[in-house]
Amino acid sequence: MSVDADAGSAESGLSDEVLLTVRNLRKYFPVTEGMMIKRTVAEVKAVDGVSFEVHRGETLGLVGESGCGKSTTGRCILRLDPPSSGEILFGGVDMANLSRAELNKMRERIQVIFQDPYSSLNPRMKVGDIIGEPMKVHGLLPDADKRRERVAELLHVCGLNPAMADRYPHEMSGGQRQRVGIARALALQPEFIICDEAVSALDVSIQAQVINLLEDLREQFNLTYLFIAHDLSVVRHLCHRVAVMYLGKIVELAPADQVFDNPLHPYTQALLAAVPVPDPEIESARAHQTVKGEVPSPINPPSGCVFHPRCPKAVDGCSMSVPELRELEPGHWVACSEA
Amino acid sequence: MTVTTENLGSPDIEALPERDSLIVRCWNLVRRQPLGAAGLLFIAIMTVMAFGAEVLTSINPEEQMFEHMLEAPSWEFLLGTDNFGRDIWTRIIYGARTAMLVGFFAAFFGSVIGLMLGVGSAYFGGKIDLIFQRVMDIFLAFPSIIMALAVVSVLGTGLQNVIIAIMLPMIPQCARVVRSSALSIREIPYVDAARALGYSHGRIILRHMSPNVMAPFLIMFTSFVGQAILAEASLSYLGLGVQEPIPAWGLMLQGGAEEYAESAPWAAVFPGLAITFAVFAFNLFGDAVRDVLDPKLRSR
Repeated sequence: MSVDADAGSAESGLSDEVLLTVRNLRKYFPVTEGMMIKRTVAEVKAVDGVSFEVHRGETLGLVGESGCGKSTTGRCILRLDPPSSGEILFGGVDMANLSRAELNKMRERIQVIFQDPYSSLNPRMKVGDIIGEPMKVHGLLPDADKRRERVAELLHVCGLNPAMADRYPHEMSGGQRQRVGIARALALQPEFIICDEAVSALDVSIQAQVINLLEDLREQFNLTYLFIAHDLSVVRHLCHRVAVMYLGKIVELAPADQVFDNPLHPYTQALLAAVPVPDPEIESARAHQTVKGEVPSPINPPSGCVFHPRCPKAVDGCSMSVPELRELEPGHWVACSEA
Repeated sequence: MTVTTENLGSPDIEALPERDSLIVRCWNLVRRQPLGAAGLLFIAIMTVMAFGAEVLTSINPEEQMFEHMLEAPSWEFLLGTDNFGRDIWTRIIYGARTAMLVGFFAAFFGSVIGLMLGVGSAYFGGKIDLIFQRVMDIFLAFPSIIMALAVVSVLGTGLQNVIIAIMLPMIPQCARVVRSSALSIREIPYVDAARALGYSHGRIILRHMSPNVMAPFLIMFTSFVGQAILAEASLSYLGLGVQEPIPAWGLMLQGGAEEYAESAPWAAVFPGLAITFAVFAFNLFGDAVRDVLDPKLRSR
């Protein structure tokens, strides 16, 4: 049985059609020594056996702290980094077996919005060219005038003045640039967009605007998002389901409300306990349960459950066997033997 | 899928400020980059000399006026004459043509080929990069004038071969510098974005990476023009470059100019000054171009 089960569709009435399947995805980065002849001395297990499904029209949140492999997962799906092993099926097609031309065709369907709006736009290109180039390369609109019209439309949809097409990215603010990044992702009319920390680099006031824009676009264009973030409140607002990652593994996967109201994995509980309450009196009176220690190195992760050295509920067995994702409640999957 | 033109709630739509006019921007260049502007002025003068040689002087540069040998500067011969009675002013003007021709073509081909190879090497990385850089190391091990001499002795003299000889050692120099910039650019998300959008390797190298190494490239290019002018003068001086009687600055320093250096210093001083100013002007201009063209520095 697949990991997502019927939770997403039962929760929000979304389609049952699975758009993206990730099975046992692993991405190990070799640590090498030597100048000319490289020897692999260790491997960084950035992503270590991640499986999930994304339904059409759904927004799946992927949360976790820095270095837990959430961005690498996104990059593997986009094939910016080749996965070490595992399957990525998009619309039933295995991405690994595609030729370069087929992969490029597939890229019309999967797009990405990057975190940093300052470095994700080519500083030497005008905004109009940045948005128009994908349509030109993929032959969607070979006519330059039509392309210009379409660029103006996209800018307008993303809340920018169409006259911005003649500007360079450095002449714009961070929020405006991020809107350009969104317009570029929309240029190929994709079905699926990976938002890699798409709002993390923005001011809080701008964040809200961009999140609203993403929501509006989702409805308008029937988009599916994989929303990679570390800001839990943003994820709760935007996502239907949430996957929590720790050290390259998914520890909990459930509908957003269940993750936030009834977290079952000790790591998720600790993560949510760390969110401050926006009231100084309640916050100071609150009993803090912090996780001890540091995140272990992904080069040499702990045996058994990767969270056991820091887990408040750990028992002897935790260091022995790797806990599988188990469905404890309908649609609520947890990788913890004690939960 | 249809795109409605409904504006999805944003305060970002606003009037855009006007840009400065060309004249204002030129004046800003002079004010902010006085040395660069001076360099540009001299390059402009050289260009005028190269294109308008026939207008600027009525004397034939190859004409030998034996009644006027080694004459000091005068109103008739502005910068004097050499030991064959040829007018030095005229030969400097025509020499600018040779210098600009060799300088621009050698620097252009050398730096553009170097740019492509350097960015490509950084983009593909891995083994390709490793092998390519070792090949460049071998080329860089030769002093460039020695390599140019070797190439000329294989190919023979003549304008075209001189350009090739001067261009070749420039390729690895430019490739090395450009590669180091391109390596850092390769890691910037807009290159990832370009890959995610399914662009070809060529498009990413040419349209997305190369324009962003323009700053080091332009400094290399402009100083290469200066270097190429100097290299052409050196080769001509050694007798392996442009051949007599074609007017070239390096040639003018040779032969009679050496022999009569004490009695007729103008025969050597003026072509020497021309070479010096040309190289200096291109280097100053190169620095100014870098400062102006970098968009992050522009609005300061």
